[in-house]
Amino acid sequence: MSVIIPKKSADEFFEKIKELSGQDIKLCMQCGTCSASCPMSEHMKCTPRKAIHLAQLGMDEMLHEQNTCWVCASCHTCSVRCPRGIDLARVMEAVRQLTLRKNENFIEPSKMTAEEIKNCPQIALVAGFRKLTS
Amino acid sequence: MKIKYYPGCTLKYKAKNLEDSAVASLEALGCEVEEIERWNCCGAVYSLAEDDLIHKVAPVRDLIRVKEQGGDKVVTICSMCYNTLARANLMMKEDEEKRDTINRFMDEEIDYAGEVEVLHLLTFLRDEIGWDKVKEKVKKPLTDLKVAPYYGCTLQRPEEVGIEPLGSFELMSGFLEAIGAIPVDFPGAAMCCGSYQVLGNAEAVQDAAGKIISTAQTAGAEALAASCPLCEYNLGKEQDVQIFYFTQLLAAALGLDAEVSRFELNTGNAGELLKRKNFL
Amino acid sequence: MSETEKTQAPKMATGDRAILPEGARTIPVYIMGKRYEVPETLTIMKAMEYSGFKFVRGAGCRGGICGACPTVYRKAGDYKIYFGLACQTVVEPDMFLAQIPFYPANRTAYDLEEIGGEADAVHALYPEVFRCVACNNCTKACPMDVDVLAYISAVKQGDMAKAAEISFDCIQCGMCASRCMGEMPQFHIGQLVRRIYGRYIQPQAEHLKKRVEEINSGKYDKMLEDLTSMSKEKLTKLYTEREREPDLAPSGEWMPEDTQYL
Repeated sequence: MSVIIPKKSADEFFEKIKELSGQDIKLCMQCGTCSASCPMSEHMKCTPRKAIHLAQLGMDEMLHEQNTCWVCASCHTCSVRCPRGIDLARVMEAVRQLTLRKNENFIEPSKMTAEEIKNCPQIALVAGFRKLTS
Repeated sequence: MKIKYYPGCTLKYKAKNLEDSAVASLEALGCEVEEIERWNCCGAVYSLAEDDLIHKVAPVRDLIRVKEQGGDKVVTICSMCYNTLARANLMMKEDEEKRDTINRFMDEEIDYAGEVEVLHLLTFLRDEIGWDKVKEKVKKPLTDLKVAPYYGCTLQRPEEVGIEPLGSFELMSGFLEAIGAIPVDFPGAAMCCGSYQVLGNAEAVQDAAGKIISTAQTAGAEALAASCPLCEYNLGKEQDVQIFYFTQLLAAALGLDAEVSRFELNTGNAGELLKRKNFL
Repeated sequence: MSETEKTQAPKMATGDRAILPEGARTIPVYIMGKRYEVPETLTIMKAMEYSGFKFVRGAGCRGGICGACPTVYRKAGDYKIYFGLACQTVVEPDMFLAQIPFYPANRTAYDLEEIGGEADAVHALYPEVFRCVACNNCTKACPMDVDVLAYISAVKQGDMAKAAEISFDCIQCGMCASRCMGEMPQFHIGQLVRRIYGRYIQPQAEHLKKRVEEINSGKYDKMLEDLTSMSKEKLTKLYTEREREPDLAPSGEWMPEDTQYL
């Protein structure tokens, strides 16, 4: 990987994440407990630990290219296990919100097939749309 | 005993088997179940962004319904509803600033400050009815049925709303023992099934669900008891261990008509297993 | 007379009548930001016409039922948004007015005979219904006092009958959709639900089915032929001398002498 120098000040990005999540990502010591605990990490291009590292470095553009926050199921396993007390689920929410609040969807409800919708219990649709649509 | 009950959308439609078996069982245990009026969807997931209050309005509105209808406790069954309502309740109780903003936004409703207690049905069964009373009412104990108690993510996390401390599964195990079944300790009890990612990343959900089922199978479980329709949906696709709602097992043990459990709505042949074991 | 003093004129809508009650005074209103003096007895619609606006769209029955003239207004010094039908709402001093003749809303195509009567047919056509956050802005926006949140909740719960009943008074004006955080078209969803209710859920009249069968089997063909070929005089006589149920006959007890067509 080539060295990328973040364009914006890293502090600005921390503050935004802190404002949205209430979490101080600088506390992370990169132990990797989150990645090891995550039931979805195998499907992430970048594990939770690495995602936090990108955030720590203020590399927001690179972070947005990852699918970490879009694969996260908000199960809070990482949050309850983090030895530094970071509620990672909230950090993931903050990263999702940075995109969703620009009126961008991760999934498109109107493109789902009738069969897919009819099979789902209603809570899947409610929860999925809340987490993955703007 | 009268109880105020919040069903949630899914229990009224896709998981009617969860509602019907729960309500019939509660009635058999001597409870008068009063569904709260004019309730709305709780939102299923609690909004995690600090500055986002609008997505917390839905569960608070439901708690207001309980309060204005004279309730001081509300029982819910669906794990996601429980989690969302309990967390919103905690926020309204503890965060003065957010409470004021939400109350002011809902100018058409009475003010709310966390006066209602949100209970999951399992907690209610243990604390308000008691395992002894449940045992007394059991007509067909599910003797020797090996059941894995499955909590998923929303019954224990975050800790402040967990129905019991992290890593402890005594509540559902106690329940399973009360109905005569054998609780099977397994490492997947609090693992997440992938939840709403069934819409975004179905493959990841399949893997997560597969792991839970295989650990339950390795531990020797014949069945898995759940309390969340989304878990049932995600896990039910794996056919190796049969998924039940814990209320369906309760209804069977209480000797209620199999029709209240509406096994046809479960994935797999849920009714078959119980019939084969002569529990129905 | 001071601005604040009340007139003796009746405080009621004069509707579409341009003739004002005697003594009616004028009050200031703001239409799209510009101040106009209008007689206080007019409806918003008439007041706008009085001020020189001409409705080419966004006006229909002028009787409060077609849903073409939803209006959104504010009052000076008040943060709240008010909604009403321009043809029904009487102007008040210092109202800030604008018409919403049309609000874009997703409207899906469906064949009622094909989609079936299950709630998930509605879910599949309008999955955005699950984006409701229960903010209740829809209910607050409804000029017909429909509990929009309640019927959307019923749709999410799969209760078609309840949703059809609660949404019954909807006049499809679209104000609910204009305020929706979940970006859904509540009014189209409600209409679909009522159609499904009528087609699949509402109890069907058994006697109607029987009568349709009789008609199709030709039971009335001869009678119809006779009537259509009858002279006007004979037809008039037949009509005036027809057997009639007495006005005060107890319900369900009276029978005509001629029962051959029953």
